[in-house]
Amino acid sequence: MHVSSALFWIVSGAVGCLIVNSNKTMTFSSTNISLIKSFMIIWIITIVVVFIFYSLKQYGGREYWEFPPVLSIPIVIAWILLMIGYYRHWLSIKNKKPLYIIMWGTGILFFFITFLEQNLWHIDWFRESYLREITVQWKANGSMVGAWNQMIYGTSLYMMVRISGNKQIAQNKSVYFFYFLSLSNLMFNWGHHIYNVPTAGWVRHVSYAISMTEWLFFISMIRSFKGKLSEYRRLKNLTTYRFIIASELWLFFNLTLAIMMSIPAINMYTHGTHITVAHAMGTTIGINSMILLGAIGYLLGIDDTYGRIKRFVQYGFYISQISLIIFWISLIVAGILKGYRGRVLNIDSFQEIMSPVIGALKIFSISGIGVLAGMALISICYLQLLRKKKKIL
Amino acid sequence: MFLRIWIVLFIIFISYTIGLYMFCDDGTILKPDENIIAGRNTWQEKNCQSCHQLYGLGGYMGPDLTNIISTKGVNRAKTFIKYGTGKMPDMSLSDEEVNNLIAYLSWIDNTGKSEITPDKIHWTGTYIIKEKAW
Repeated sequence: MHVSSALFWIVSGAVGCLIVNSNKTMTFSSTNISLIKSFMIIWIITIVVVFIFYSLKQYGGREYWEFPPVLSIPIVIAWILLMIGYYRHWLSIKNKKPLYIIMWGTGILFFFITFLEQNLWHIDWFRESYLREITVQWKANGSMVGAWNQMIYGTSLYMMVRISGNKQIAQNKSVYFFYFLSLSNLMFNWGHHIYNVPTAGWVRHVSYAISMTEWLFFISMIRSFKGKLSEYRRLKNLTTYRFIIASELWLFFNLTLAIMMSIPAINMYTHGTHITVAHAMGTTIGINSMILLGAIGYLLGIDDTYGRIKRFVQYGFYISQISLIIFWISLIVAGILKGYRGRVLNIDSFQEIMSPVIGALKIFSISGIGVLAGMALISICYLQLLRKKKKIL
Repeated sequence: MFLRIWIVLFIIFISYTIGLYMFCDDGTILKPDENIIAGRNTWQEKNCQSCHQLYGLGGYMGPDLTNIISTKGVNRAKTFIKYGTGKMPDMSLSDEEVNNLIAYLSWIDNTGKSEITPDKIHWTGTYIIKEKAW
């Protein structure tokens, strides 16, 4: 249930931000707005129904989307309405499109493709072979992360352009190169999920080769660090920018972890341990949620407000960041302990493997409360700002 | 130029996806019978994957069950599933549901080993799980 909650928050937040920002770039026509509003209504009602089913312990779906499979139908219908509304608008933009608009379009398309793909298990042919089934399932889930990252990183790029006032940020050769690199990773870099599944060897080797291109992102981040630092000095007073910088730091930490996990010889020790959870939570909270909170704050004009609300948002920011560092490290420690005891010491009993891990998981739980408190404080402040603001779209 | 690169990448993606669907396994796996399918449905309806993993994928509250049948035996697995343990709740499953789950887990067990041993690691860092795959 917590995974579905995180996914719905991220996808809903990503779509919400890109729609409002697209509308600021060029106003949607009334037909397109109606289509997008229909999407929102079906999407929100479906999410509520999903959680009603969860609370009644009614499941039946697959990993991450564990609700009764029939609820995938309204999700697909809603997404088709979004696609029609968004792409009609997209095609009406005649000028050269900045990269963030392309990224938003890419994310919406690939979410649709991967959501359909992760429902292929309804077709018997896919389930005749367990290896085929698990490969397709994790291909879809892995690529879906890339799809929402396109939407969210697009929003981050948009905010950077708006804050700095430099349009070139979204229209230079370097960002196009990294766009194609991330698109290739979206398409082919999902294999680390199934390295230990005895599929055909080429599946593993292709994924390994593609994942090593992540070193280019890594090197690029280090190279641009100095420039980012001077930018930070200039813009550090802006709350929105702090969220972006925090997400960049988390991107750096998680990219380091991802590269390590993508090497099969290392993956052997990390797979099935809490290091995978650290990577997933570090990404969804540290990167995705920080960009979304920054973007929502930007839309609500957090930097134009003064006094209590802005101060509380800043408190929330620091509480969530400090807690998240402890949260993330405790998961890594838990993963190292589990991997060491299970794979190196070859302890057979699950209870015995987990006994020293529990301590790290207790710290993880306590720091999780800190993450919740920090993010709740930010959300409450945003809701107060939203009450004052009459119209966003 | 941008559009061309995009289209080429997309075509490669579609071709790779179709190739993957067709050839990601060696095609020698036994098709699931009715009991296995029923066990698979129970696995999903009871949301077993939220706590357990298969090939390391799933929740982390409980152990990986990929090779539970070959390592712990059918009777031990049945007892755990039927009555639960200190941590695992009793899911109130009927004998038929338990047997179907055992059939499903046995079917998965026959697909391979979840744990990779150091001798499977190639000098490039990748695994060699099947000689055939090379």
